[in-house]
Amino acid sequence: MRFQQIDQFAAELKADTRAAVYDGSKKGHEKRTKLLFDEFPDANRLRQIAGEVKQHVVENLDTYLPQVEAKLKANGVIVHWAATAEAANQAVLGIMRARGATKMVKAKTMVSEETELAHFLEKHGMEALETDLGEFIVQIDGDHPSHIVKPIIHKNRREIATSFEQNGLGAYNDDPQTITRRARNFLRHKYLEADVGLTGANFVSAESGRLVLVTNEGNSRFCLAATKCHIAMVGIEKIVPRDYDLALFLNLLARSGTAQELTVYTEFISGPKSPTQPDGPEEMHVIFVDNGRTEVLASDCRDILRCIRCGACLNVCPVYRQASGHAYRSVYPGPVGAVLSPLLMKEKFPQKADLPKASTLCGACHEVCPVNIPIPDLLLRLRNRAKEENVPSPGTPPMGAWALLASQPTAWKASLFGGKIINYLPTKLLPIPALRAWEAKRSLPEWRGGEFRRWLKTRKSRAD
Amino acid sequence: MSSADDRESILSRVRGALAPLHERAAMPDYTTEISVMRAMMGSRDALTVFTERIALVNGLALTDPAALVARLRENQWLCGYCDPALWPSLAPYFGADFKVDTAYDRKRVDDYAFGITRAAAAIAETGTIVLNDATTSRRLAALTPWVHIAVVERARIFADLPEAVAALGPDSNVIWVTGPSKTADVEGILIEGVHGPGIQIALVV
Ligand code: SF4
Repeated sequence: MRFQQIDQFAAELKADTRAAVYDGSKKGHEKRTKLLFDEFPDANRLRQIAGEVKQHVVENLDTYLPQVEAKLKANGVIVHWAATAEAANQAVLGIMRARGATKMVKAKTMVSEETELAHFLEKHGMEALETDLGEFIVQIDGDHPSHIVKPIIHKNRREIATSFEQNGLGAYNDDPQTITRRARNFLRHKYLEADVGLTGANFVSAESGRLVLVTNEGNSRFCLAATKCHIAMVGIEKIVPRDYDLALFLNLLARSGTAQELTVYTEFISGPKSPTQPDGPEEMHVIFVDNGRTEVLASDCRDILRCIRCGACLNVCPVYRQASGHAYRSVYPGPVGAVLSPLLMKEKFPQKADLPKASTLCGACHEVCPVNIPIPDLLLRLRNRAKEENVPSPGTPPMGAWALLASQPTAWKASLFGGKIINYLPTKLLPIPALRAWEAKRSLPEWRGGEFRRWLKTRKSRAD
Repeated sequence: MSSADDRESILSRVRGALAPLHERAAMPDYTTEISVMRAMMGSRDALTVFTERIALVNGLALTDPAALVARLRENQWLCGYCDPALWPSLAPYFGADFKVDTAYDRKRVDDYAFGITRAAAAIAETGTIVLNDATTSRRLAALTPWVHIAVVERARIFADLPEAVAALGPDSNVIWVTGPSKTADVEGILIEGVHGPGIQIALVV
């Protein structure tokens, strides 16, 4: 292999897709910065506190999980536990079968992407329809989402119009307004016919057992207004201690994810519908899903469990922008995915051990993260783990010669001096393919080897 | 394995994972004051701020029912649903050209151009309308029509999110609605009225 896997993918990416991903992620990031830093006196403090709250939760899950379970039960919610993806899917299937249900409408939830719930249910004769516009398009296309907040960031309107046409949703029309109206008209009847509405949860308050769900389109609200049974699949790390903490997290989530002050619909659900309310679920289930999370908790990368899935680290990442989400071969792409995806593989870690290397360690992801996760540190720990487990690393340039030089002061000094020769060589003409490719777009700076050492020797100390 | 077995295995793995930690991260002590846009509120009254903020998310706040009716008529939104508790006070503003039902029929979702329901409250800082099961006559009526009109009492406008969170109360379903339903999934272009209303109006009384 000439490149690492992710580079290979990026190199073969269609220009259209690259442009769509690049523009989409950049736009999201620029607005976010303005919103967060203009409106709050100390936005960084907000991120730090939110990070501390979630770290506290993660390190006290043994207390919070039973607490939230008791609260949910007291609220009339039926609680299930699923150690694996298979168990989670089986739990959903079991609930549907017990009700004689055959039709589900689904809001966007990342954990159901992990378990591939929709496929699973379809295999078992159920209809499971994605209702988030992006997820719906991904579903009719047989594609995969490439971003955790903007699932079809990699598609343009022409591709979408074509798949609408192929799926009997009207003659070709690539006007985004028309596309959206067609989906609206098609899906609203589907909600009303469905038996079960499935959602995730962005937060669960341990104090009140309230599930908090945010969407912009109103699809999760429609699921919970039209159907009689609500199933929520929730990762075990989604807890916040108190209702009081929700304001902080809601203020951060929409600003970080989509550069909005607040998402359009923010729903607080603590149980089945009230008896006086004619619409909505009479029965509510919460399935707590592990699927590798306890493994992450046991590792030295447990900080990643703070993640609130806002997508800001994807939008800002130079590697994600060039490679697009599919390059990560995982449900979670981008910096968060580079940490989480290999860990969620459990014993199959080596299969995705290359992902932590898909980073320049520039630190932008850490800087934007609303829960202040030190992603670059975690990436380094995972690189180290791969090394310790002797995971082969095809496509990585060998560092042996460099290591040799760097560990021998005289050799190092000599090479710093000897490197000057580069200044006199016609590098553009050298027959080294990698160098030529690099120089096609840039020019090599002048060799200044040894400059830093000279500066260090002659500098005055600060005290003078 | 059953759900009970999975519960035990998950909880014991959680305990096992946390056992080696010498110290657990403490809950930070903070006030939600840090996440409030105080500068924006200033000394202005809640209705002024709410009116300004809801406009920023492409919603609209009105205080005069006659203005609302004029707007509906102008756009030919003549068929709708109204919460039976609100209808007696609003009916006088509507003319004979309107057809307003006080019973919502889910078989007729496509007929209702507008839905009028009561809101439990509003949030000034974000231009948000607060609905809950106790005050909203039908969840569907506030969602399926192209236009949703939420009738909110002026005294029930909270300043900011922390205030609104503190007032969530015992209702099993509370929903904050901030502007019309929208998406930017297709090439990042903003389109309103995806699954919910394309027009969101607050009638402040
Ligand atoms: S790691 Fe941080 S920035 Fe990335 S998705 Fe999670 S919360 Fe957002």
